[in-house]
Amino acid sequence: MTMSTQPVFSLLGTTALLFEAPGATALQAQQRIWALAHEAEAWPEVAEAVPGMNNLMLAFVRPPRDLAALKARLAAAWDAAKALPREGRVVELPVVYGGAGGPHLADVVAHTGLSVQAIVELHSAPLYPVYALGSHPGYCYLGGMDPRIATPRRQTPVLSIPGGSVSIGGAQTGVSASAGPSGWNTIGSTSMSFFDPTRQPPAALQPGDLIRFRVEGVLG
Amino acid sequence: MKAPRSTIEVLSSAALATVQDLGRVGSLRWGVGSSGAMDQLALAAGNLLLGNAPGAAAIEVPVFPFKVRFTQDCAFALTGAACAARLDDQPLLPWWAHRARAGQVLTLGLPQGGAQRGSRAVLCLAGGVDVPEVLGSRSTQLRGAFGGHEGRALRKGDVLRAGDCGAPRPTGFGLVPPAIAMPLGVDGAAAVRVLPAAEYEAFEPSSRDEFWAGEWKITSQSDRYGFRLAGEALRPIAPMEMRSHGIVPGVIQVPHNGQPIVQMRDAQPSGGYPKIGTVIEADLWRLGQAPIGSRIRFVETTWDEALAARDEIAGWLAELRRLLDLHRARSGFQ
Repeated sequence: MTMSTQPVFSLLGTTALLFEAPGATALQAQQRIWALAHEAEAWPEVAEAVPGMNNLMLAFVRPPRDLAALKARLAAAWDAAKALPREGRVVELPVVYGGAGGPHLADVVAHTGLSVQAIVELHSAPLYPVYALGSHPGYCYLGGMDPRIATPRRQTPVLSIPGGSVSIGGAQTGVSASAGPSGWNTIGSTSMSFFDPTRQPPAALQPGDLIRFRVEGVLG
Repeated sequence: MKAPRSTIEVLSSAALATVQDLGRVGSLRWGVGSSGAMDQLALAAGNLLLGNAPGAAAIEVPVFPFKVRFTQDCAFALTGAACAARLDDQPLLPWWAHRARAGQVLTLGLPQGGAQRGSRAVLCLAGGVDVPEVLGSRSTQLRGAFGGHEGRALRKGDVLRAGDCGAPRPTGFGLVPPAIAMPLGVDGAAAVRVLPAAEYEAFEPSSRDEFWAGEWKITSQSDRYGFRLAGEALRPIAPMEMRSHGIVPGVIQVPHNGQPIVQMRDAQPSGGYPKIGTVIEADLWRLGQAPIGSRIRFVETTWDEALAARDEIAGWLAELRRLLDLHRARSGFQ
């Protein structure tokens, strides 16, 4: 991936504007994204400000006639944005790696050239900060995965992987909160209730919370 | 008199019919996609025919035949795909407001119209389908298993209640479907307008040309989540691994196999595959009606043209509302 030194703006049709922060993916940049989201969601043309991985999507109430003005305002707000640290909770998730719950572990072995044991150790070592929620209800995008186990998304997305699937997509890792389609490589499984629409907030984890994967077992 | 507990009972086992409104806004930050009717224009128009709010919940029917029995007298409207509907034995016009008596059976048959046929019928009820609002919407969130009717597609034996069958409202009139009022096609294929997206320039020039010039077949692996298309594979200049970011219905992702996927109403609110373009909001209803196996064309558009297309849709709905208000006033209904 080419790294830009300036923020990049792009359109998602007439529905939303996407802002991509410059530089390599980093927690400090993500903390600025959280601050930017907090500010932008108060703007009249913004229905919702949705953080991604070092990027921010502004969904429109209605598309503005003058796009340039909105981009300029966003660029200025980014330059002024101070990192907004969050004191999150630490949540430990027991993971069984490989076996029926981790059908693509072999693909990660093949891509990285590492052993199963090495991949499990590298994957379970960090304390992963939740950067953003997305994909499906309650799903957390995590930062901090060891780049040595990065593995490209699959050639063709899988039509359904079960809830609790622990997976790697590119340089990212995460846990499926419910069954559904995915283009990521599933390397293990855990169990946790991530979402309840009757709760406030409905998602169990928030940006700034921290996840640790505890090795419950490794199946060949 | 006690209010009836149900208005309709589902008689068919046809899968995948769901309760939908205009969709869920404000919960993207928790990973909750918008859902909502695939043909939002059909939903809004059907509701206006009944004097409902345009975003009242209705039943979206993608698989036929679909059968319901009315368990109380109620006004209803049929929009979306014209599907040889019958009330008992009486044929019904599409894009029309009707009235059913308790005990009558409504049958929706296969969509008609040859190559121009739609693929999803919308059944609106007086006062809207009365299901609980969850996170601000009555749309079914299939992935999260909440919203709509018990968070799932309808099944044989389900009973649903209309919000307001009691109020007298005029029926027996209809409108010209938007596909006829606002047609869009290229060389006989249905077309939708597309704004280039962030990674457009990162595809091979020949692939960019092919994207606009080619016909794209809607494969059988297409549903409310996304339409998987088949055509000439689109090649990036270099492989791309993107950071996950927000996406919206209409975004056209190109996974590594080069075959594009258009995100539809049940799409995830975020993704990471390269995006070659986005079908504009004003044309998503057209795509929502395109049948599996049919071919579509993409037409390049600009921001100003896309806003004009959005204004055209809003104008069509405003004119419809004006004419219906006039008709109700003349019929003595307010």
